[in-house]
Amino acid sequence: SKSREGFFGKVKGFFLGRSVIDDEMYEDLEEMLIQSDIGMDMTLKIVGALEKEVRSRGIKDPKEVYGVLKDVMENFLIEEENELKTEKPGLNVILVVGVNGVGKTTTIGKIASKLTKEGKKVIVGAGDTFRAAAIEQLEEWTIRAGAEIIKHQQGTDPGAVVFDTLKAAENRNADVAIIDTAGRLHNKNNLMKELEKINRIIEKHVGDSSYESILVIDGTTGQNGLNQAKVFNEVTKLTGFIVTKLDGTAKGGIVFAISEELKKPIKFIGVGEGIEDLRPFKPKEYIDAIFE
Amino acid sequence: MLDNLGTRFQEIFKKVKGHGKLSEDNIKSALKEVRLSLLEADVNYKVVKEFVNKIKEKAVGEEVITGINPGQQFVKIVNDELVELLGGTNARLTKSAKNPTVIMLAGLQGAGKTTFAAKLAKFLKKKGERPYLVGADVYRPAAMKQLQVLGEQIDVPVHIQEGSKDARGICSDGLNVAKENNATYVILDTAGRLHVDESLMEELKDIKKATRPQEILLVVDAMIGQDAVNLAESFNNSLNIDGVVLTKLDGDTRGGAALSIKAVVGKPIKFIGIGEKIDDIELFHPERLVSRILGMGDVVSLVEKA
Ligand SMILES: Nc1nc2c(ncn2[C@@H]2O[C@H](COP(=O)(O)OP(=O)(O)OP(=O)(O)O)[C@@H](O)[C@H]2O)c(=O)[nH]1
Ligand SMILES: Nc1nc2c(ncn2[C@@H]2O[C@H](COP(=O)(O)OP(=O)(O)OP(=O)(O)O)[C@@H](O)[C@H]2O)c(=O)[nH]1
Ligand SMILES: [Mg+2]
Ligand SMILES: [Mg+2]
Repeated sequence: SKSREGFFGKVKGFFLGRSVIDDEMYEDLEEMLIQSDIGMDMTLKIVGALEKEVRSRGIKDPKEVYGVLKDVMENFLIEEENELKTEKPGLNVILVVGVNGVGKTTTIGKIASKLTKEGKKVIVGAGDTFRAAAIEQLEEWTIRAGAEIIKHQQGTDPGAVVFDTLKAAENRNADVAIIDTAGRLHNKNNLMKELEKINRIIEKHVGDSSYESILVIDGTTGQNGLNQAKVFNEVTKLTGFIVTKLDGTAKGGIVFAISEELKKPIKFIGVGEGIEDLRPFKPKEYIDAIFE
Repeated sequence: MLDNLGTRFQEIFKKVKGHGKLSEDNIKSALKEVRLSLLEADVNYKVVKEFVNKIKEKAVGEEVITGINPGQQFVKIVNDELVELLGGTNARLTKSAKNPTVIMLAGLQGAGKTTFAAKLAKFLKKKGERPYLVGADVYRPAAMKQLQVLGEQIDVPVHIQEGSKDARGICSDGLNVAKENNATYVILDTAGRLHVDESLMEELKDIKKATRPQEILLVVDAMIGQDAVNLAESFNNSLNIDGVVLTKLDGDTRGGAALSIKAVVGKPIKFIGIGEKIDDIELFHPERLVSRILGMGDVVSLVEKA
């Protein structure tokens, strides 16, 4: 896609254009990683691990460093459980959370479409009762996706919507229920309390914690993404992430720090505003795409 | 999160006390701290590099003022330079001699344009102006409905054309309707778009040509990372923007993107968004954002008093 080539192409040329492995090379590499939002701490970790690996493998040629860097970076991403769980007999529930405007509602439309195409019956709950026309927006997406929607009026209690969605999904023998929530900044106590309540309703209904709790991260986000991930994880026990807007020039590098901190997988990436613009996240392919 | 930068400077400069002067040698680790702090705040890497060099030039050779420690003095130098970088240009909203003044909003997806359109309309209305909103997002599901609902909340008329795919047409029609209704301001809400999306960037140029806005404001999410410079440069190259709106500053992001954008395109930040509600709008104050970017607050006023 159009996004990755800039940075990732550069890295390859970066190594090929050198004759020795020296401090300058590592410093320049640091600079490139920081510019992709990987952050200072994570960059130092990656470069540190790389130096160690290069030394232990006895590598002298910068061209070979490039392959090692790929391995090292991949090691920081989580490979396990990077698929959305929707195959459980009975109802599978997916809760979608995140800060304002990251792409939650759009991503739900894309996931719903993917699932209905697989022949599943999908019900979506309009849990954003706050934002103007949030319900209408989600409704339009469910029409496109061939899914059903459960909605209340704007301004009502989102907990009640969630409850009704799960009930309806059960009654109608749906395979998957996806819950949209209002965007909220993780430092807003009252809004996080509200989310805690929503999470409790789901937990109670499902009977255990075997449901997906997905944080949507905007791929253009800088270092704040790590705070978002930490706090949302405390409140809704995340099972994974979806990174959106990777069709631009942003690199989404904050995912390395998030993966390192929370040890949770990225399940999908968003690469556009269309209903098909959702890709499974494959760490290997992602890193490959980084350097090709 | 970082410790208070001021405290760390004090630690660094403990040894400097009594030397009398800031030197390349004794500010080395302080500069490193500045660099780290700015990077943690998402200031663009290149902007940080230039800034740190500038600080070095300013600081080296300065005599330490008696009564305050060199750490505090260094903080002040950094602080003042940042304020100058962020402020400087006239940040007030234009008012054209002939009504209505046209304000066009543009930016990436989800930045907060539609919400800001309503906030600005209310802000202007409170000042006795007669704002008119125009909804030109023909792509996002329920985008026009969103603006319409917000307009009703603040009792400001909204021009939309449900079903139309002609953003430019909506804007010129909207402008005419607003004129007929004696509006003093027209605010154009456009669809979110990526700066690399050439056809959508063309659409903005078309809207600009058709409506000749006095103000083109780039709306930017304060949580944005290193990509802020690409974004700002591209939008500015296509549209020659007049200013920037920084949204979602009610979060805990440090907001360094503001610095990157100002350094790269030189256009002032005019407003900030500090919440989801329509009243959550403020004029931009560079000093406040600088304290936030540096992760400190009181040291500066302390030095000011000394
Ligand atoms: N380019 C691009 N745009 C996207 C992507 N995902 C979502 N968007 C756009 O981002 C904007 C915000 O998306 P929403 O789905 O409304 O985001 P949200 O998180 O539900 O927002 P709130 O409910 O207001 O918090 C819309 O204009 C979407 O079309 C993506 O992968 N790429
Ligand atoms: N916390 C907070 N949320 C904000 C602020 N400004 C906007 N938002 C929220 O951010 C999300 C996106 O806002 P919109 O106004 O829809 O953004 P937009 O730029 O019009 O989005 P598109 O039209 O899809 O490109 C919504 O959930 C808003 O409520 C702000 O200053 N603070
Ligand atoms: Mg939404
Ligand atoms: Mg909008």
